[in-house]
Amino acid sequence: MIQAGTKAAEEGRTLTLLEEVLASPDGESVLGCMQCGVCSGSCPYGEVMKYPPRQIIQEAIAGRDADLISSPSVWMCVGCYTCAKRCPRGIDLTDVVWPALRDQALQRGIQPPTELRVAFQNLYLYGNLLGVSPRKRLDWAKDLDVTVRDLSRQPEPVEILWLVGCYPSYYPRNQVVSRAMARLLTAMGVRWGVLGKDEKSLGDCDRLFGEEGLFELLVENNHKLFRQYQFDKLVLTDPHGFRALQKFYPRYGVDIPAQHYTMYLAEKVDQLRPLLVRPIEATVTYHDNCCVGRRCECYEPPRELLRLIPGLKLVEMPRNREIALCCGGGGGGMWLDGHIVEHGGRRLSDERVLEAASTGAKILAVSCPFELSRFEDSIKVTGLEGKLVVRDIIELLAESMGLEERKKA
Amino acid sequence: MNIAVVLRQVPDLIETLEIAGDGTCLDYGAARFIVNEWDNHALEQALLLKESRGGSVTVVALDFGEVDNTLYEASAKGADNIVKIPWDADQPPALRQAVALYAEVLRSIAAELILVGCQAHDELEGPLAPQLAFALKLPYVGVVRGVQPSDEPGSIRVFKEFPGAVVARMAVRLPALIGILAAEKAPRYVPVSRIRAAMKSTQIQEQEVSPPPTESLATVSRLYVPEAPQRAEMLEGSVEEVAERLYQILAEKGLVR
Repeated sequence: MIQAGTKAAEEGRTLTLLEEVLASPDGESVLGCMQCGVCSGSCPYGEVMKYPPRQIIQEAIAGRDADLISSPSVWMCVGCYTCAKRCPRGIDLTDVVWPALRDQALQRGIQPPTELRVAFQNLYLYGNLLGVSPRKRLDWAKDLDVTVRDLSRQPEPVEILWLVGCYPSYYPRNQVVSRAMARLLTAMGVRWGVLGKDEKSLGDCDRLFGEEGLFELLVENNHKLFRQYQFDKLVLTDPHGFRALQKFYPRYGVDIPAQHYTMYLAEKVDQLRPLLVRPIEATVTYHDNCCVGRRCECYEPPRELLRLIPGLKLVEMPRNREIALCCGGGGGGMWLDGHIVEHGGRRLSDERVLEAASTGAKILAVSCPFELSRFEDSIKVTGLEGKLVVRDIIELLAESMGLEERKKA
Repeated sequence: MNIAVVLRQVPDLIETLEIAGDGTCLDYGAARFIVNEWDNHALEQALLLKESRGGSVTVVALDFGEVDNTLYEASAKGADNIVKIPWDADQPPALRQAVALYAEVLRSIAAELILVGCQAHDELEGPLAPQLAFALKLPYVGVVRGVQPSDEPGSIRVFKEFPGAVVARMAVRLPALIGILAAEKAPRYVPVSRIRAAMKSTQIQEQEVSPPPTESLATVSRLYVPEAPQRAEMLEGSVEEVAERLYQILAEKGLVR
C-alpha cells in the first residue's frame, strides 16, 4: 500500500491534497475533523506555523492547498505524534495528513530544505542517511573484543538479527553505543548477527516526509535482504526503524517479528540482573522517544532496565511518558533544525535538556540514536556542560556489567 | 531554445579509490559511479532555461558506470530527449576519444546551446568542455555560474566567475558551448516515484558513432596515492607538557621570546 500521490505519480497523474489524504489508509477520518484545534495547540511548533495542523485539514477540505503546499509549515513537523495522540476524532495526522502534504509538495516540484534534500539523496544513492560508503557499515566494529557475525560475508542462522541503524553504524558518538550493545548481547549469550555492508536504512523518516517512493524502494530492498537469512527476530537500535517495521512494512507484505532493543532486553531481565554487578551511583532521568513511547505506548521497559542497575536512582521529568516533549529529531527533523529555527521555532532538544537538568539528574538516559547528538549539542548551547551528560541505556547497562569501551589486546 | 547537456559518469569519492594491478589507472571495477557534479549543474541550468523560455533539453551520455540511473533521473527532472552513446570499454574514454564521441552526436543534434560541466574530478588531460567547443567550432565561455535568456534574439547572457570574486556578465551569440561551474539554483531533488515513473516511460535513444581515435595525449607511467611528507608532529602528554612543547616550538621559530 503506497502513498496515493506516489502511485498517481508513477502513473503520470496528479492528485489534490484532499484526494491524496482520502486515498490513504485511515484517510477518511479527516472528514470527521471538527476543527477543535487540539492538534494545533498540542503541536510543539503549532504557534509558529503559518498553517498549523488544524488549518492544514481545513485548507485541504476546502481545496485551497496551493499556498499551503509552498509554505514553510510543510517542513516543520518533527513526527512527535502528539497531535494524532490527542485528536478527539482519532485522526492520524502524523501518519496520514503530514506525509500526504509533503508528498504533494514534492510531486509539485517544491524543493525540501537543503539538509533534508541531501539526506534523501544519500538514502537513494547509498542506503544510509549520512552519505557514507556502505562498505564502511561495519567500521564501528573494527578492533572490537567480541565476535561480530557479519551475515553478508558468512550467512548462518542466528537468534536475533540486529539492525544496527545508520547513525549507530557511522556516527562516532553512536558507534560507542553499538560496541557496547555488541558486548552486552555477547555477555548474555545471545547468538546474534548483523547485515554488514548490506544493511540499509528502513526509511521511516522518509515515509513521514512524504518521500514514499524512496520508502517503497527501501522496503523492497530490505524485504529481499531479510528473506536471505535465518533468524528468530529483528532487534533494532533505532526506534524509528522499529516503528516502520511494525506498522508500515506489513502494508507491503513484509511482516517480520521485530523489537526495539529496550523491549527485547526488558524481556530478559532475569538473565540481565545477575550480570549487572557494578553500581552506578547517579540520579538519572529518562527521555521517552516518540516512536517507542507515545506511538507504541511502551513506557515501562526502558525504565525497568534502568531500575535494574544497582545504585541508580530514576527520577521523572515533568513531561514524561505520553506527554513527553519530543527531541525534535524525528520524521526528518534531524535535517530541519536550520529551517525550523529560521521560521520562528526553537530547538526542542534545548528545551528538553533544561527540563532534564531541572530534575536534579546528572544523567539523561536515552534510547534513540538521534537523541545522543541532539541532546549533547543542546547541553553545550544551554550552559549545562559538566552538569548533565547523555547516555544511552545500552551504555549504562554495559557499564554496570563491567563491559566498558576497550580495544582488543 | 533547444539545449543539449553532456552528463558524464565519474568515480564516486565516497568510496576509497583503488589502483589497478598494473599501477597506471584506477580499478574501475571496484569503483562506484555517480553523475559528474558540474554536469549535474549544467542539467539544472538547462532545465531552468527551458522553464523560463520554453524549448527542449536533450541529454547526451556515454554508456558507462551507472549511467541509466542518471538518465532516468534526468528524464524525471524534465529532460525531453535522452541519447546514449555505446561504450564497451571497462574504463572511460581518454579526452580525445570523448571529444570525438560527444562531438559526433552533438553535431547531429544541432542544439543552439550546449552546456557541459566546466570540470570533472577524473579529467587527466584537461577539461572536456573547451576541447569539445573547439571540435564543434563553437564559441566557448567557461567557469560560468549562471545562464539567462537575453532579449536580443539569438543570444544569451552568461555570468563568468573570475578569481577574487569578480563576475563578468557577457552576451554570447548562439550557437555556443558553455562550461558550467554552477547553475543559478542547486540541482533539484526529484522524488523517487518520479524516477520510477521515468524508468517505465523514458525512451533512451542509443546512437551509434564512428570509432574514436585510440591514442591518448598523455601516458600514465605510475598512478599512486599521495605520499605523506611526514612533517606533522603530534603533541602528546598532559596539558602542561603539550603547552611546554608548543612554547618550545614557537620559541625555536622565533615567534615568541
